[in-house]
Amino acid sequence: MTEIASGPSSSQGGRRPEAIKAVPVRHRWRWVSAALVLLFAFGAIYTVATAPLLRWQTFSEYLFQGLIFDGIRLTLVLTVAAMVIGIVLGIVLAVMRLSPNPVMSALAWFYIWFFRGTPVLVQIFFWFNLAIILPYVGVGGFRVSTNLLITAVMAAIFGLGFNEAAYMAEIVRAGIISVEHGQTEAAQALGMTRLQVMRRIVLPQAMRVIIPPTGNETISMLKTTSLAFVASVPELFTRADQIGNFNFRYVELLFVASFWYLLMTSVLTVGQYYLERYFARGAARELPPTPFQRFRRLLFTYRMPLPAAEPAVPVTSEHR
Amino acid sequence: MAAGPMVKAEAVYKSFGRLEVLRGIDLEVAPREVMCVIGPSGSGKSTFLRCINHLEKIDAGRLYVDGELVGYTQRGDRLYELPDREVCRKRSEIGMVFQRFNLFPHMTALENVIEAPLHVKGEGRSAAAERGRKLLERVGLAEKMDAYPNQLSGGQQQRVAIARALAMQPKLMLFDEPTSALDPELVGEVLDVMRGLAADGMTMIVVTHEMGFAREAGDTLVFMDGGVIVEAGKPRDVLANPSHERTRLFLSKVL
Repeated sequence: MTEIASGPSSSQGGRRPEAIKAVPVRHRWRWVSAALVLLFAFGAIYTVATAPLLRWQTFSEYLFQGLIFDGIRLTLVLTVAAMVIGIVLGIVLAVMRLSPNPVMSALAWFYIWFFRGTPVLVQIFFWFNLAIILPYVGVGGFRVSTNLLITAVMAAIFGLGFNEAAYMAEIVRAGIISVEHGQTEAAQALGMTRLQVMRRIVLPQAMRVIIPPTGNETISMLKTTSLAFVASVPELFTRADQIGNFNFRYVELLFVASFWYLLMTSVLTVGQYYLERYFARGAARELPPTPFQRFRRLLFTYRMPLPAAEPAVPVTSEHR
Repeated sequence: MAAGPMVKAEAVYKSFGRLEVLRGIDLEVAPREVMCVIGPSGSGKSTFLRCINHLEKIDAGRLYVDGELVGYTQRGDRLYELPDREVCRKRSEIGMVFQRFNLFPHMTALENVIEAPLHVKGEGRSAAAERGRKLLERVGLAEKMDAYPNQLSGGQQQRVAIARALAMQPKLMLFDEPTSALDPELVGEVLDVMRGLAADGMTMIVVTHEMGFAREAGDTLVFMDGGVIVEAGKPRDVLANPSHERTRLFLSKVL
């Protein structure tokens, strides 16, 4: 037997070599930088907490105040309503945009161009003051004053929702385009109509691409609802603003509002994370670890013993 | 037999931009006939297949399936484009199997098979599922009804794709290089299913590189190159004694 031949054959039949035990690379600078970051963070918190002109008492006084809670409730209503309009209309616009019908696609293009191109603030204001252009709506003898029909809350929902639809349309369109063309062909070859192909085959697969930016949009929307203050909608920001104007503790009240915005977006972030994980099933063989799992791994990685160095093949007398 | 041809092509032309892919295709496929189409890549064989169920529009000539024009109706000497609904209805009568399977990844094998019977034909769920199960049994996948495509091997996926096409009870089956994306060891199981279909009397047009299959299961063999049919005839004759130099050259490379 030559040496080359004996190498692999002996290890194949023989025992598995001992598992590698090595000293991990030390990351000293990570510890140094972590200490520096902590130091700065502590300094920043200390400065804000002990600022002589801030009255933290006011902050805690209003943090759980009834008016603020009413504002939070309305903020959530605006967010949900505007996102529902945005998503539904966005899907319709995206499908129209990709339609072979030139009227449909031109209409969708124009909508997106217009609503993406003008400020949301102006759009909310426009719906709120629709009566200037259209004092009454109705047919024949039956007429209703526009101001009665469109309340401030509705103006905000319309303004936010119709604007969102333009952005959602582009997100949905990107999702639709990401689905392989062979899917459409296979469905067409089975005799499915364009709308059936879209609804049954393409959109369900586009969801994986659509979900992450939609979560992003929802978080963004939660804070953009504060623009409803131009229509005097008493949502969270408007409430904080009003109370601040009243007691001249403006900064403290904005801190109160920001605290709740931060808390709500945090909840949404966690929700988005798990929604994405859910839609990744079937596409990825193995799901990535959750932050909780990663954290645990980080904590225990330094102390965790390496896999025991027992040979996989039981050592028999023959090998000895 | 008195019945006319299942597929009839008369001087079919098709271009993509400036590139002329089909330059006058004439052929006839009789009911129950199995026609295999071979030729180098870019010869237009896949494009011709896709014209038959109107996934591509032809530019000139006439193409008939079961005596009816593909994609148009003729009144007098004028052609009228068919509305989408009609195009879809005609496509539903022609099964197609793709090189890359194109199964719907978000549906199980059975759901893939019953999707079109449910939503195109409007069959009842229990009846469709019953027939779907039988079809999956027929292609040897009784155990894999509830598996998702990414849990199946290439050969299994292609067999599901064949069952999916058969679920619409087509009068004609088109195969676009059905085994070209498969590992060599998986080719046989797909060809076995196709042989079974041929034996049952299905009309089939098969674009393929599997000369063995063409020889045994095919009634006719067509060699295409440069957008024209160079040679056609009984598979044994064409493969053993090609009458054109171009065919001889191609066969010498692939056999």
